Amino acid sequence: MSRVRVLVGTRKGAFLLSSDGKREKWDVSGPHFAGWEIYHVKGSPADPNRLYASQTSGWFGQIIQRSDDGGKTWFQPGTPPGEPTTAPGGMPKGESNKFVYDTSAASGKPLTTHQFYDGTQHPWEFKRVWHLEPSHSDPDTVFAGVEDAALFRSTDGGISWHELAGLRGHGSGPRWQPGAGGMCLHTIIQDAKNPNRIYIAISAAGAFRTDDGGNTWRPINRGLKSQYIPDPEAEVGHCVHHVAMHPSRPEVLFMQKHWDVMRSDNGGDSWHEVSGDLPSDFGFVIDVHAQEPETIYVVPIKSDGEHFVPDGKLRVYRSRTGGNEWEPLTRGLPQRDCYVNVLRDAMAVDSLDSCGIYFGTTGGQVYASSDAGDSWAPIVRDLPAVLSVEVQTLP
Amino acid sequence: MIRVILPPHLRALARVSGEVLLDVQGQATLRSALDALEVSYPMLRGTIRDHSTQQRRPFVRFFACSEDLSQEPPDTPLPHAVASGDEPFLVVGAIAGG
Repeated sequence: MSRVRVLVGTRKGAFLLSSDGKREKWDVSGPHFAGWEIYHVKGSPADPNRLYASQTSGWFGQIIQRSDDGGKTWFQPGTPPGEPTTAPGGMPKGESNKFVYDTSAASGKPLTTHQFYDGTQHPWEFKRVWHLEPSHSDPDTVFAGVEDAALFRSTDGGISWHELAGLRGHGSGPRWQPGAGGMCLHTIIQDAKNPNRIYIAISAAGAFRTDDGGNTWRPINRGLKSQYIPDPEAEVGHCVHHVAMHPSRPEVLFMQKHWDVMRSDNGGDSWHEVSGDLPSDFGFVIDVHAQEPETIYVVPIKSDGEHFVPDGKLRVYRSRTGGNEWEPLTRGLPQRDCYVNVLRDAMAVDSLDSCGIYFGTTGGQVYASSDAGDSWAPIVRDLPAVLSVEVQTLP
Repeated sequence: MIRVILPPHLRALARVSGEVLLDVQGQATLRSALDALEVSYPMLRGTIRDHSTQQRRPFVRFFACSEDLSQEPPDTPLPHAVASGDEPFLVVGAIAGG
């Protein structure tokens, strides 16, 4: 029977939640990296035992952790203790927590300032890794979305990282700006059918697409309207919170923007709003059912000033029509006195026949549904605030 | 040998439970002590000093013999009592927040 492993990043450590295919009884492992912020943990589709984790701290900076045994043991990829820190010839060896922006002439000297909160230009400064996206085909290849926004790639299992500088080299960098959470690249989606096509999203710049494996990028924000920026229909500057895609239909994208739930049917070339009858179209997460490409999920949040669910009720909304028509899913979720948020990377779906949906809250609950959202039960109730949730479907 | 006391999170990263002992070649300075620490424990690179600038991270402080050495230039010799191993060199995570 298949199993599932839910990978949870929290403000104070990582937790691994495991169950069989019934998804009724759970084993909880953790905290791993106790006391550290774990922005994201994700497994390799090519080798489910290969996990990557982003571990960060305001004191001690960025750490990359890797497991080769499904999370039983972890290590920092890189130079073993006692070995020289430089290779023959004096070049520094790769270091798994070293993210250096590419300013070389060979990469076109990407622009190194962006718009700051006060409207002035500000230099790019690395802060942390928000999202790790392992390659579909190679366990040693993994992408990292970082703050300040840029895309990095490792092809040696996380030992060393190199920026895909064409993204910042697009030229629109001076119009990118940080959202309330910082200027982060938080979404990385690989096209399952075309390895040269990758989508990314940045708060607050918008969505971008490459069709040449990451060398060149273009913004894909036509149709987005953001009343809070000087030009509501600008090419860049939109606060995109998350984007989701069904692997069988890579031309179709769903977006939870700061406000507005959006849909594209042409790989992001244009977008149209599908917020429909949602009680609020502000939110962070969005995801797609594993077997039904037109079934999507969001968790409406009251507003950008009140980051909690409306009316004290935790409701996941499901649309079976690819948007516009939404139904609240409430069975098993608190329907009074609930004021949690669900952050942008904190929802995931498994690929079992009866699709499992998972999400974590800032109140430390991780909820699971084994029936595509019809009913829910908490796996755990009292973790630190949940930053991210991923799930692996295992044989 | 130089004795180094790390903050708990860095001890966890380095997988040590107590003091760290370092053999520092030549004169013991802030820089040479931290270089030796990072050779023995490469998982600590970037956690105390910035990778590129080698500047101390803002919320990390250095103490020895009841003195705050955090603002000293990196080539400042460590106190004799630290170089001789009589007193430890402390890497401290600053108290920040409420």
